[in-house]
Amino acid sequence: MAAEDSIILDSAEATQLYGKAWADTCRAGDVIALYGVLGSGKTQLVKGLAEGLGFDGDVTSPTFTIIHEYIGGRLPLYHLDLYRLESVEDALRAGMDDYIPSDGVTVIEWPDRVLPLLPANTRHFTIEVASLNERLIRPGVSASA
Amino acid sequence: MRVLGIETSCDETAVSVVEAQIGKTGILANVVSSQIRLHEQFGGIVPEVATREHLRNLPQLVPGLLTQSRIRLDDLDAIAVTQGPGLATSLLIGYSYARALGLAADIPVCGVNHLEGHLFSPFLALSQKVEFPFIGLIVSGGHTLLVHAKGWNHYEKLGGTVDDAAGEAFDKVARLMDISYPGGPKIEKLARTGNAEAYAFPRSFPQKDNFNFSFSGLKTSVRYFFEKNPQAHDDNAWKADLCASFQSAVVDVLARKAGNALAATGCKRLVASGGVLCNNALRVALAQACAEQGANLLVADPKLCTDNAAMIAATAAEKMAAGIPLTLATDIDPNLSLFKRPGSTAAVKNKEKLMRQR
Repeated sequence: MAAEDSIILDSAEATQLYGKAWADTCRAGDVIALYGVLGSGKTQLVKGLAEGLGFDGDVTSPTFTIIHEYIGGRLPLYHLDLYRLESVEDALRAGMDDYIPSDGVTVIEWPDRVLPLLPANTRHFTIEVASLNERLIRPGVSASA
Repeated sequence: MRVLGIETSCDETAVSVVEAQIGKTGILANVVSSQIRLHEQFGGIVPEVATREHLRNLPQLVPGLLTQSRIRLDDLDAIAVTQGPGLATSLLIGYSYARALGLAADIPVCGVNHLEGHLFSPFLALSQKVEFPFIGLIVSGGHTLLVHAKGWNHYEKLGGTVDDAAGEAFDKVARLMDISYPGGPKIEKLARTGNAEAYAFPRSFPQKDNFNFSFSGLKTSVRYFFEKNPQAHDDNAWKADLCASFQSAVVDVLARKAGNALAATGCKRLVASGGVLCNNALRVALAQACAEQGANLLVADPKLCTDNAAMIAATAAEKMAAGIPLTLATDIDPNLSLFKRPGSTAAVKNKEKLMRQR
């Protein structure tokens, strides 16, 4: 997977490109946990990853629907957004355990809701807002989560 | 013809019975789990976010609905159930329940696209016959879609959101402002006393021939505004202006693009649905956009704008009445689209899973 160093991205496009670069090293069963406040660009990153995997459809926020499945690329990509869930029980009732891990790549926004469900080899990334357009991406769990 | 509708695509467990008569379809009974929680008329139902609670709700709701409306299973001509799009776990419960009930009671079962249900819900709510062509606008927490409906099963996508849905933008901005869930109605209330021109929030894709929407940047702008003006958190006048400016940014874009879609296609009918249509400012703006284009606006009352099963049953009833063959696919499809043939990847995937288990 991508370099494990922090990196500054100066636009939504740069965030997408960074996500796209992840795709090359992704393998079936990978779980990626994404931390970051509202509007930090988590969905932009997933957009890039989906494109990198060769998916050519729409990638939009799954906040209300909780899961979007992007099928048709090199690997299926499962985009989970647990923003509206409040607990591990909520997540289990919504069937999230079927997707963590999955037969493809699973990316989880707001993963703090399901920390006990994450496999040990989950990759954690935090997006920090550096300015209106700049984002800092670093490996690791968000301090606030 | 009487049709039982079952809708479990996301949070709500919804069931309904509609009756199709010549030229229009009427609702005989209609319940949604969250409304029941308020009234507690069926007792003990506590709906939770997008969960397997559907499994607990359905066996209570369906018999309750039939008893309440004095309809026997024998009186039903069909069962219509949401096939997708939605959360797989939730869809699967409604789908399996419908199939089992259909099998046990010997009633034909058909699958309906959730978005198709929304698309036609204003006709049902206004007791009007479905007429084509029209421009459909679906605006909810999960969807923002502009559709050119040319006939049954002939829907052309004009545009949709490229990131957040409009309803999601309302709820997330509410969260940024420390307004409790659901944020939409509260933002609208605060906006009434605010100045919509106080802050110039971005309007996405201003080009006339671009029917896509983007609301993610708007959300980020509001968050950035609070970072620069933390005092606004505790000041209701600031908040009112912010709500008014934000709401107007969302409403402007939706109304302008709907108007452009009417102009571009020559359609004289705008049919608007989805939970965000509960917002009165949007209804007013859409009415104005329609007036400018010499078009009629059809909007359901709020109860039928949000997710419900009457729209699922009515869509099936109307299609059957129009002679459109309805089928039951072998499986749900969480990615079901309005614009391509159903039965795509999810069905294949689930089938493979079943084969492996054998």
